[in-house]
Parts: sequence; structure tokens; C-alpha cells
Amino acid sequence: MDPQLLTTLNAARRNRQAAVLVTELEGGNARLVMRSESVAGDLGAAIGKTFLTGKSGVVEADGERFFLNVHLPSPRMVIIGAVHISQALAPMAAMTGFDVKVIDPRTAFATQDRFANVDLVADWPEDALRDRPLDAFTALVAVTHDPKIDDWPLISALQTQAFYVGALGSRKTHAKRVERLMQAGLSQGQIARIAAPIGLDIGAQSPEEIAVAILAQTIAALRKPEDTGGA
Amino acid sequence: MAYDDTSQTEDPASGGGAEGQLDPLMVAERWMLDGRAVAVATVIETWGSAPRPVGSHLVIDGMGNFSGSVSGGCVEGAVIAEATDVIASGAPKMLEFGVADETAWRVGLSCGGRIQVYLERVG
Repeated sequence: MDPQLLTTLNAARRNRQAAVLVTELEGGNARLVMRSESVAGDLGAAIGKTFLTGKSGVVEADGERFFLNVHLPSPRMVIIGAVHISQALAPMAAMTGFDVKVIDPRTAFATQDRFANVDLVADWPEDALRDRPLDAFTALVAVTHDPKIDDWPLISALQTQAFYVGALGSRKTHAKRVERLMQAGLSQGQIARIAAPIGLDIGAQSPEEIAVAILAQTIAALRKPEDTGGA
Repeated sequence: MAYDDTSQTEDPASGGGAEGQLDPLMVAERWMLDGRAVAVATVIETWGSAPRPVGSHLVIDGMGNFSGSVSGGCVEGAVIAEATDVIASGAPKMLEFGVADETAWRVGLSCGGRIQVYLERVG
């Protein structure tokens, strides 16, 4: 592998750009194809398919064998609320491969002391997410319990089709939330995508256990979207 | 901008994943920049119940240091041994491991799967 190729590939990955590394298995030659590029022939069709499925593999095209290794951006997790659950969830989610950001405008909660080595923003979600909005590769976890803080990012996540949207709160709290979101103009179908009560039902009690339940549910939404859609 | 005095919480514009937990390809780049010889092993095909998916990487330096994995730990030793040759010769190698191999007792996959690993030198 050409050293320059490794550098270019890693730069694309750091910038959250999707890329496929195409290696000719006989000769060992390799090149990087970005999503915006078009490649001719059977190989081009195979590369296009790889971008869509996210599955790497060997293909035969134009009389040769190629290995296509697809690199899609790592999923992000945006946590609204610098609370006890988030203190456990942020490092665990980072460990499992998520780019994690914690947002809370309440400066008593959002302190670097409580969140060492975590990307923490002590600001309103509207402002904190302005430069890097939510997207389909993002999971949104809202755990402040405060509609003033949680509602805007929840609405934004549903509109941008974040792959997971979860909100902490009892059934009663959630019923009121549903009313507010309806008034904000969201459809029932959109609102039904919110995981509430949040987390897989594993009987979690402590903040750390609740963090495990949330992370497991997020991973399920990422890896088995067909099972979790509209749940 | 309601930052108060919670120190600099500005986004490191670099993006990137969790610090201190570089993935294998990032490790390979760092080693390369340090002037170390590096080989990259990639799982390119799997059959049956393989422990690591296609596209997984194990990277090895000239001293036998390694990062990442291509299996659940059953065949890494063999890949690392082969990497010495690949780093010396510069010629890529295709390796195959599975329980059906004669060498199964040595480096077989205990899960019963079979994997093909492409091993190449960087540079």
C-alpha cells in the first residue's frame, strides 16, 4: 500500500467523508474512490453498491478480482444533558465507536470536571449544533427532562432522520411531550420514532445501567434498523 | 455564547474519534510517520461464523508490535509471523485460515469459520 494512499484515506475518514479503497488482488495496486467520483463499468457499479450497503467485499469485474473496503463516517451520538447517566454513557459510547458530544446549557452540570476527555459544550443545543447539524448518521439522546432544552434537538433529530432518537421520561412526561411535538407540527409517524421510555427494557436502575440500556438500543438501531424502525 | 468559565469547550475542528483509542489504520499512519516499517492485514473474505467482519484490520510493525484484529485472537500470531516476511520482501500475501486446514491444531479458528486475509506492506 502506498503511504500517500494511507494518509489520504485517513484524512477522508477524519473529515467524515465516505470512501472506498479499491485493491487489485492480483497486482496489489490500490486507489481511493470518493463518493462523489464516478467510475466506469462493472467495477463502478460494484463500488456504487458498496457505498449504499456499507458492506466491504471481493468483487470480480472487468476480468479481475478487486477487494472493495468501504469506509463510511463513524456514527455520532449527541447527548442533550450533562447528567449522571451521560457521565457513564459518553465514555461507553466512545468505546464502541461513536463520536460523542454532550450538550447542556446549565453550566452547573456541564463542567469539564464531570466530563474529562469528553467533547462537552455548555450552550443551548440550537447554538451548539449550528456548525455541525444532526444527520442520518447521528443518534440523539435527550436526557435533561427539561422541555426547554430537550424539545428543540428532538424536533431537529426527527426532521433530519437521525437513526436513533431517544428521550428520558416517564410515560406521563412523554405523553405531554407528544402533545407539544404535535403542536410543533410533527406527524404521529415521526413522533412514534422516539424511543420512550428510553433504553432497552433490561430493568436498569442505576444511571450506569440506564446508560447500558440506551447504548444497546442505539446499537440495535444502527445495526438492525429493520427491527427498530417505528418502535 | 454562554460559555461562562467552563474552560475552552470549543470543538477541536479536527473531527476524529475518541482520543487515545486510535483505530488500526490511524496507528499504521502514526507508525509510518515515526519511520517504522508497517504491514497491514485485512480480512477480505469470511465463510461461516467468522469472528471479525470483512474489512477488519490488524497492523504490525517491524518489531512485531501490533494493533487491531482479524479474528477473535486465534490466528493473529500467525499473521504477525507472516508480516515479518512481507515487510522484508514488499510482496503482498494472501493467507487463509480455517478449521479444515491441516494447521488447524496450530492456528485454526475455534469458532469453525474460515477467513482469508490480505497482508501487504505500507510503502
